[in-house]
Amino acid sequence: MNDLIWQGYARKHGKPGIRNRVLVLYTVKCAEFVAQQIVLQAAHPDVELVGFDGCTDNQYAVNLLISLIRHPNVGAVLAVGLGCEYVQPAWLSDIAAQEEKPASWMFIQQEGGTARSVEKGLTWVRDTLSALRQTPRTSMRFSDLVIGAECGGSDSTSGLAGNVVVGCLFDRLVDAGGTAIFEEIVEAVGLDQWLLSRAVDERAAREIRYTYDKALDYCRRVRQYSVSPGNFAGGLSTIEEKSMGAVIKSGSRPIQGVIKVSCPPERPGLWLLDSTPDPYWMQFGITNPNDSEGLMDLISCGAHIVFLVTGRGSVVGSAVSPCVKITGNGDTFARMREDMDFDASPVLSGQCGMEELTDRLVSLVVQTAGGVETKSEHLGHREFFIPYKYQEKQVAYTKACEQ
Amino acid sequence: MEQTAFQIHPKDNVATALSALIPGRVRLLGDARTDGVTAKEEIPSGHKIALQDIARDEKIVKYGVTIGCATVDIPAGSWVHLHNMRSLYDERSGHLDVRTGAPKDTVYE
Repeated sequence: MNDLIWQGYARKHGKPGIRNRVLVLYTVKCAEFVAQQIVLQAAHPDVELVGFDGCTDNQYAVNLLISLIRHPNVGAVLAVGLGCEYVQPAWLSDIAAQEEKPASWMFIQQEGGTARSVEKGLTWVRDTLSALRQTPRTSMRFSDLVIGAECGGSDSTSGLAGNVVVGCLFDRLVDAGGTAIFEEIVEAVGLDQWLLSRAVDERAAREIRYTYDKALDYCRRVRQYSVSPGNFAGGLSTIEEKSMGAVIKSGSRPIQGVIKVSCPPERPGLWLLDSTPDPYWMQFGITNPNDSEGLMDLISCGAHIVFLVTGRGSVVGSAVSPCVKITGNGDTFARMREDMDFDASPVLSGQCGMEELTDRLVSLVVQTAGGVETKSEHLGHREFFIPYKYQEKQVAYTKACEQ
Repeated sequence: MEQTAFQIHPKDNVATALSALIPGRVRLLGDARTDGVTAKEEIPSGHKIALQDIARDEKIVKYGVTIGCATVDIPAGSWVHLHNMRSLYDERSGHLDVRTGAPKDTVYE
């Protein structure tokens, strides 16, 4: 695997990236329009919008914005604020500067309104795009790579083909010294023993136990599991069945531990990402609001590429990291060919084996890492979603609110 | 036309229909211990077929793990879904419509 090499972007701090994005980041909904205009008028595939809508700040959301600023796929940051919100664009710009990435910020109120702010931002973005052409390139291989995976719009093929090929690729990535992240602990119901048996050590087992119990307790309390009428109509009979179909994307290697949103893993290997709110704040942000949030969570932990495995179909992409959409449903792939990146269905009809299918996915990853656009990148999808939520940075055995 | 179902793990007692099944022979793909099974009834695409007789309260096994238990005796070749199995966790799933999955425990009035 590590003989496969592509050219990435060297960063002064941390891992190299596979993209060289300019983030235009708004710090309150009131600044969104100006930031969006800067991105639209720049009309460049590497210029992207992200932001947080709330005026009142939230540690979880601020951590998420910072994780995107520090992300290896990001080359430069422009923070755009209105001028009276809690979230501080100057401080976010400082964090980018500490990473030695080109950075700037502005308050729309000080600049004198929409037109002058857009013009100033656009000038900065154009200058920065030229400067970023000088970013030194560096050789990258699988051992440098972080990949995250989640599923959305699952059907009965997800657990038989789409998630299975991701699991096989994760095994190879981990064996090559790379980093793999899976999430959706609310879709691991009934699988605690199976997950615990894969814990690399006592600490990992303790983190998995706590995280599993927290998610199950939440589902019991609200009397709702992460399974929907569409899943049942498609042939999934229980949350346990859906769970195993989902967790199979983690492959078979040992689980190093549990990480939280915006906290990249401390070492390579396979990690479980917990994106559920911590108690007693369960009501403050629900577990899985949408697929874009799941992708954002994975990216906040440093994923260079994110896999979205779907059965019924999806069109989303993501800011910061390319999204590779995989389906095990041949009809979905044919019907949504312009949106789907990878067809895992040949393994179901017996046209190819899982090893060969995994080889094909490895090739697609190398191409994508080397700069070839995914379908969603090509179409201009750059979704992001940053909600209010409460999470501790470590696995929350003791709750901060009780201390 | 040949009918097929996919068995993901050798220990499983159910397989997934790769197309809508009608009563008759079904060839097994994937990690199967036998060549096939005979469907006793119509089974929608993506749904499960019993590979052997499964007694009431016996575990339903897919991916080599327990995904629920039988609520009635299920003969080999039957459709396995909400009408004859249940989750060990999710009490709501027994209240869903077997075809559409729509909830029947919420009142619309």
